Amino acid sequence: MSRSQAAVPAGGGWTGAFRRQIARRLPLEELLPTNQPAYVHSWVYLFGAITIAALIWVVASGVVLAFFGPQWWHHSSVGRFFNSIHFWGVQVFFIFMVLHLWTQFWAAGWRDGRGLTWVIGVVTFLASVVAGFTGYISQQNFAAQWIAVNAKDAVNATGMGALFNPLNFGQAYGIHVMLLPASIVVLVAAHIVMVRMKGIVRPIDAPTPGVADASPSNEMAS
Amino acid sequence: MSAEAKAAYYRNVRMIPFDLVKELALATGGVLIVVMILAAVFSSPDVPAVTIANWAAADPVDFVTTATSELAGSSTSADYGPPYNNNAGSVQTLWFLKPQSWAGVHTPVDPANQFVLQPLQQAAIGDPALTAALSTFLGASSDQRAAWLDAYSTSLADAQANNGQVTVAAGDYGPAPVLMNSLVALARSGGLDGLLLASNQFFATDYTGSLLFMGDGGYLEGLANEQKLTGNQWGMMHETGRYPGQAWLWLYTLGYQVPPFNEERGFLGINSGNADLAITVTMGALTLLLVLVPFVPGLRDIPRWIPIHRLIWRRYYAEKGVGPRADDGTA
Repeated sequence: MSRSQAAVPAGGGWTGAFRRQIARRLPLEELLPTNQPAYVHSWVYLFGAITIAALIWVVASGVVLAFFGPQWWHHSSVGRFFNSIHFWGVQVFFIFMVLHLWTQFWAAGWRDGRGLTWVIGVVTFLASVVAGFTGYISQQNFAAQWIAVNAKDAVNATGMGALFNPLNFGQAYGIHVMLLPASIVVLVAAHIVMVRMKGIVRPIDAPTPGVADASPSNEMAS
Repeated sequence: MSAEAKAAYYRNVRMIPFDLVKELALATGGVLIVVMILAAVFSSPDVPAVTIANWAAADPVDFVTTATSELAGSSTSADYGPPYNNNAGSVQTLWFLKPQSWAGVHTPVDPANQFVLQPLQQAAIGDPALTAALSTFLGASSDQRAAWLDAYSTSLADAQANNGQVTVAAGDYGPAPVLMNSLVALARSGGLDGLLLASNQFFATDYTGSLLFMGDGGYLEGLANEQKLTGNQWGMMHETGRYPGQAWLWLYTLGYQVPPFNEERGFLGINSGNADLAITVTMGALTLLLVLVPFVPGLRDIPRWIPIHRLIWRRYYAEKGVGPRADDGTA
């Protein structure tokens, strides 16, 4: 029994049971360890952290842009600056997210029971692509007009036009500023918690000390 | 993984002090500095939106040609199909897949009425000439209307624009010239922008009518072509000006540049006519594979076969002094 598990007293009904589950499944010393395997000393482990950092500024600048309304940045130099932070933040976010994804692919980061962590990561990438698309068509400028007109055919061809109309600014903007950011933040949070709880995967072909939840073939299977 | 399991997992692995919070704080500060510099130096793209008033003023002949096709029911939007109407001009199918038809009409659009006749009826109040022209047009048989619009549409190939009015060679066009010159005048005034956005309620955020109308013309596409934004110019990856666009869509965009997706004849039922659906299905399949990599034998083994991981954990392998396959035989 870990220390944090022992700290939660017995009883307390559903709330107490919930606390004990959290203490057992998400102990703080595992979520925020102060030691890491020496092999994390590689530049590739920074890609994920930079992606999270970029997401923080994309969301923060997006909140400011949403607060002042979709037309503000077209006539305010301050608004234009915040839009530029949002724009370049998105570029940094995607560059490092893709780098993170590919380096995790080549590191086979899904090994030793980390398959779901990979799946959530890829789904986060897909949600981010849709967020980027709805952002581009929410700009209220020429690019937004053309991208919406051009993209509608692909959306309609798949039947998705029944649910989502790229030419409807109100729908695209609402999805962009609320639904997708919230989904991405939740997915990223789940991804981070899973990474922390599982720990950083060992290098390929590192000696296996006997992992309880690893499959006999180790490693490449989740 | 419990603390005990994790300790077992890291047995024999050298652990080092590592400050995760400090790493994230430094990354957050570093990214802020980078994006602020990029924002200050390069700003962000913002080519103003095109209005219907801009279009009518800049290219009245294209405007009138498009409006005539809307009224005649021969425009792309008028013949589109779901989700706008029940026609089939832009309906895509792939083998047994007909998702566009299956989804049905969800955003009804009637271009002749919404884009032309209803705005003209608004503008006709207090305009006897336009009222009479509308009355003549609406009172004519559908064959007569089609004949007028067909003749007028043909004559527009040699049309001239003078002071915002479009003139064509003499012919039997019925009330078409009056209707169209009234519409172009309404558009130039900015009135049509408002009328197309109106939705029988005070607030409006749906630009479907305006954008479909502009998309049917050549003016918007011409501007997009100048900015290298069209589909065959890798448009989805571009932004206006010299700014990066959605570069992460490179693989999706690639589809539109290569056979069979960009060919009229195509291959295996895939061609330029159903490229949107075929590329989306292809990308959907590839995306599913990417999601399921950990569970697909062969695919999940690629990183072991192509040893890029030797670069990622260069120090680790150097410290161990062993090759990736020589140390424990678990590969």
